[in-house]
Amino acid sequence: MNRSLLSGDEAVALGALHAGISIGAGYPGTPSTEILEAFAALGGRAQWSPNEKVALEVAIGAAYAGARSIVTMKHVGLNVAADPLFTVAYTGVTGALVVVSADDPGMASSQNEQDNRRYAVAAGIPMLEPSDSQEAYDFTRRAVELSELWQVPILLRLTTRVCHSMTIVEDSPPASAPAEPRYERDTRRRVMIPSNARPAHRRLREKLAAAALWNESSDLNRRVGESTELGIITSGISFVHAREAAPGVAILKLGLTYPLPVERIRAFAASVARAVVIEEGDPYLAESLRAQGITVEAKPEAFRFGELNVDRVRRILAGDHTPEPAPPPGKPPQLCPGCPHRVAFGALRDLGCIVAGDIGCYTLGVLPPFEALDTCVCMGASIGVGLGLRHALPPAEARKVVSVIGDSTFIHSGITGLVEAVYNRPATGHVVIILDNGTTAMTGLQEHPGTGRSLHHLPAGRVVIEDIVHSLGIEDVHVVDPWSSPDAFRNQVAHALEAGDVSVIIARRDCLLAAGRIKAYERAIARDGGLEQCVERD
Amino acid sequence: MAAWSNVLNATSVTNIVIAGLGGQGVLKASGIVADAAFRCGMDVKKAEVHGMSQRGGSVASDIRFGRMVLSPMVPPGEARFLVVISPDQVENNRWQLAPGGVLITPDQIDERKLKNRKSINVALLGVLSTHLEIPLDAWLAAINANLAERLRPVNLEAFQVGRDAARSSQ
Ligand SMILES: Cc1ncc(C[n+]2csc(CCOP(=O)(O)OP(=O)(O)O)c2C)c(N)n1
Ligand code: SF4
Repeated sequence: MNRSLLSGDEAVALGALHAGISIGAGYPGTPSTEILEAFAALGGRAQWSPNEKVALEVAIGAAYAGARSIVTMKHVGLNVAADPLFTVAYTGVTGALVVVSADDPGMASSQNEQDNRRYAVAAGIPMLEPSDSQEAYDFTRRAVELSELWQVPILLRLTTRVCHSMTIVEDSPPASAPAEPRYERDTRRRVMIPSNARPAHRRLREKLAAAALWNESSDLNRRVGESTELGIITSGISFVHAREAAPGVAILKLGLTYPLPVERIRAFAASVARAVVIEEGDPYLAESLRAQGITVEAKPEAFRFGELNVDRVRRILAGDHTPEPAPPPGKPPQLCPGCPHRVAFGALRDLGCIVAGDIGCYTLGVLPPFEALDTCVCMGASIGVGLGLRHALPPAEARKVVSVIGDSTFIHSGITGLVEAVYNRPATGHVVIILDNGTTAMTGLQEHPGTGRSLHHLPAGRVVIEDIVHSLGIEDVHVVDPWSSPDAFRNQVAHALEAGDVSVIIARRDCLLAAGRIKAYERAIARDGGLEQCVERD
Repeated sequence: MAAWSNVLNATSVTNIVIAGLGGQGVLKASGIVADAAFRCGMDVKKAEVHGMSQRGGSVASDIRFGRMVLSPMVPPGEARFLVVISPDQVENNRWQLAPGGVLITPDQIDERKLKNRKSINVALLGVLSTHLEIPLDAWLAAINANLAERLRPVNLEAFQVGRDAARSSQ
């Protein structure tokens, strides 16, 4: 048994390794990114997929083959992967499938604070919620066991504070390996034509009913404290805040939060004079319990927003409705000095463009001194939104619309937008600028299919962005280095705006922070295929 | 040394916040503190929000240790120690400091004594170390474990610069 100080993400990785998970797939996204990186560093097989949907599909295939698989993503990633998610719940799995959703209440680094506990209910997938790194380790292993036991995918729902906090983990002996994967045909269960899907839906509900019964006496939920006065019902990170905020009260700490152990909670609530639900985000627990006729106090609406902490839990318990003090604002992040994106936004500002933006470092083009980004919805949206603007605006304004998208984002979900541009071409044409900085910078410099290197920075197949663009029949394609000549770049954009065609400008220049590493990876690959990497992270 | 800094015997939790700007080594510094406390057999938690690659935005990290730590986040206004690596980040982080808490900033260090100015984060840990009863060998082991080999000599020296500066002003 080893004791170590690990982040929740690292603990999930160690748990995955010890649970015998043989493949981890995912797409980077804060705060989930480090899970696969740590899994790879521990010797696990990990790979970045072009997006979360593909990653989940890869993990589903592996689990159909009888392997144990894990797929990791941030909360909004599960929106992208939702289509396979809802139906793999019907098909079930043969091996194990753990779906990690890392939510970001408070939006430390996200465009929304959606609460993915709702996905467990909507898709019908049992959900585990660890509250620290020890539980992140334990619950990852339990998720594998339960997935094999019930033959369903399991949602491991983390939040930023669980992912990025370091707490002590004691590991336990690795599990025995699963049987060697081999294919067993089972079309009735795996081919979801309506005649198969109808019984599959009933099977899923039966599995969930069995899981709910099992959960009534599961050790994944526990009571702390014997008080009969105040009782707190909670899960995840809120548990540790509540324990600190209210020492000596009774707490029912839930680990398996879908399907809920309703009778156990009912008995707990009845054992105390006052039962309060402490949860971050949506009132998922409170609403579910009230629907079951259990009388609980829920937090006031103000606490739906942002993270909880000890102070906020104290306020909820005390019924304190006074305004919360806002911490003084810090310095917002900015594009690094020397960032190649700066040239692009300087040009777009000078040309007075209407910029349909996307998600990545370059979203910071919205801030001074550029203020040259007009929209940002979700990954890949820049192209569709730009086209919609072109369709709706009067021609004089439509001609100013530009879509701006990063390289990793283009491969994630921009390609279909470009297909739309070709298929439903606006009367004024369109201009798409792909900011190819050779990395997924925003989330910490991960590789992607366009870099031609794997998650481990080793040689992999390379998807050439300009080849994709050409293959769609787009003729006006330019690859330029914005940094070498900002004027030439601006002229290129101005020219494309006037042309009235569908034009794609690929602005190619390595991210300043990544450039040194990219050179080192390439040197290592040239030397010995990258096996002896000596790239130090600092 | 103040009585409450006797962390090894304390039943209470020691709360430390390290703040600065992205790229200054805030997270590296908090990792070293957490590791040093972990090596002393204490319960330790460390929390921070990170994810954005870009350099220059505000960053803060919380470290808590003691016999048992619950929340990983230092409650507002309960930091015994506030270490701020960038002078312009002192005011927006001051609210974290407990009444009577200790503020540690670069002006307590003669930066000319640093071989590399980037090691100011570790130099400030040298100052912090003189307030805590974490033994020196735990600090040194934590520094060695958290830094690449080529960076160790400079940072070990910086740590000593911080310790000397604190001692000479106490
Ligand atoms: C569906 C979804 N997955 C992941 C993320 C996290 N994320 C934000 S931007 C980004 C990619 C950034 O890479 P790129 O487009 O190359 O731009 P760069 O940051 O390098 O400028 C990712 C993965 C997200 N916001 N949404
Ligand atoms: S990390 Fe790279 S892409 Fe992001 S702002 Fe800095 S230089 Fe630009």
